[in-house]
Amino acid sequence: MTAPVVIHAPGQSRRGERMLIAIAVVLTLFFVAAPLAYIFVRAFSEGWRVYAANILHPMTLHAIWLTTITAIIVVPLNVAFGIAAAWAVAKHRFPGRGILVTIIEIPFSISPIIAGICYLLLYGRQGLLGPWLQANDLQVMFALPGIVLVTMFVTAPFVAREVLPLMQAQGSEQEQAAVTLGANGWQIFTRVTLPNIRWALLYGAVLCTARAVGEFGGVSVVSGNVRGQTNTLPLHVELLFNDLNAVGAFAAASTLTLIAILALFVKALLEGRRTR
Amino acid sequence: MSAAATQTGAPIRAKRVLPGFTLSLGTTLLYLTLIVLIPVIALILKGAEIGPARFWQIVSSPRAVAAFQITLTAAVIATVLNAVYGLLMAWVLVRYDFPGKRLLDALMDVPFALPTAVAGLSLTALFSANGWFGSVLHPAGFPVVYTIWGIALAMAFTSVPFVVRTVQPVLEDMDPALEQAAVTLGARPWAIFARVVFPAILPAWLAGCTTAFARSLGEFGAIVFIAGNLPFQTEIAALLAFIRLEEFDYNGAAAIALVLLGFALALLLVSNLLQTWASRYREASR
Repeated sequence: MTAPVVIHAPGQSRRGERMLIAIAVVLTLFFVAAPLAYIFVRAFSEGWRVYAANILHPMTLHAIWLTTITAIIVVPLNVAFGIAAAWAVAKHRFPGRGILVTIIEIPFSISPIIAGICYLLLYGRQGLLGPWLQANDLQVMFALPGIVLVTMFVTAPFVAREVLPLMQAQGSEQEQAAVTLGANGWQIFTRVTLPNIRWALLYGAVLCTARAVGEFGGVSVVSGNVRGQTNTLPLHVELLFNDLNAVGAFAAASTLTLIAILALFVKALLEGRRTR
Repeated sequence: MSAAATQTGAPIRAKRVLPGFTLSLGTTLLYLTLIVLIPVIALILKGAEIGPARFWQIVSSPRAVAAFQITLTAAVIATVLNAVYGLLMAWVLVRYDFPGKRLLDALMDVPFALPTAVAGLSLTALFSANGWFGSVLHPAGFPVVYTIWGIALAMAFTSVPFVVRTVQPVLEDMDPALEQAAVTLGARPWAIFARVVFPAILPAWLAGCTTAFARSLGEFGAIVFIAGNLPFQTEIAALLAFIRLEEFDYNGAAAIALVLLGFALALLLVSNLLQTWASRYREASR
């Protein structure tokens, strides 16, 4: 037999193939693409002017500002943590490595609502540190620090889980060679390791940003939803929706959707590069 | 020369050679302790403070039991839907070539990237009486919004990538020789799938479904919009915990949160075991 074996018999299974593709496409159009498109349809349903007015409303602008500040604080910290965790686990051997990796993944499987409750029980007025915080006049809950902390919890694994597998796959021969050539730790990291992991790092940072910007459950517990003060963009969407201002809610949601689409676009661009 | 040097010298141990061990491990442990472990321990301590009798009283109250039942039922519905749809998507994306395939693949990441509150808002509007889908479904006597089906839909939307993205790489890695052998032995396409392909992707598929189920149990943002949040009918456990917080009933919130945390950690364990099984299977079938 010299002819290559065809996995699927021709004729009958070609029809099956077309049917499966059609079902997959239709389901995805209905349940994934439609919700995505509907956000913009509704946001612009009363025209450009109403859309612009909704976005430029002071409350919406403040929510955008608060969300941006949160991301600006959280993402660099998360990148630093992700690099440190990956460096420790991938380049060294020590007892408890497996447990450490599992702990890094824990925030991924804990509901953000539970994360928020954890933080409230720690820093809230009735919380473990509550009396001490009050005595020192420090406000963590219902303020920016609480929002930042719970977002750090929720996003903790994002950079580490992109960089760690890559560092493990690459091994440490190159770094060891650099050591024998007399490089110090900082030189090894910036000249050898960083160029090898930069795309995975960027990808992790993009995912982390998208998640930080969109965080809802945890933030809604710790923020207290004070209009114009602790209202992040996703919370603002809910507030407008509850005010029966659907067009306004969709306008605010459209900015978050654009960030999500941008993240997916960057992902597509990096797809080929990050595993290299 | 260098080979001889390596042979005569002691084997290179990464721990001794590369710097930054203390710094990187210290940073990692500090971050994890402050951000993840201490808050979780605060919740567990609060649970211990409540005491077993009071804890049981809270979680077995009719409203809490109803909330757990609704959450579990909706999560099961969502996971069954995703088990089928996710498997179909993974299969179609790996095995067939057709125009628009890359776009379809990218769309599978939308539920991950889109904030859950935005997804909830859009799904609610789509399925409400005057939305694109609701205007057809409502007159037909199938209102999705404010029912358990709405909750299941929101859960399914936010968790479908877990199934697709877990099964996809395993399907890609499968050795085509296995299926070719089945063809030469005269197996029909369906028999090949059931007896050759499916057993190979089973562990990954189960792991993906477990993660999707865990995610569904904890989902909040997408659901609060679409559920209507009526106690005993469409109130999920995470929302009940949230309501208890707003009533300053911290014990009530902590007890419900602890039950959800227990579920999450148990499912994480199951998923890890399945992943280990899956990776062993992958090596074997390569």
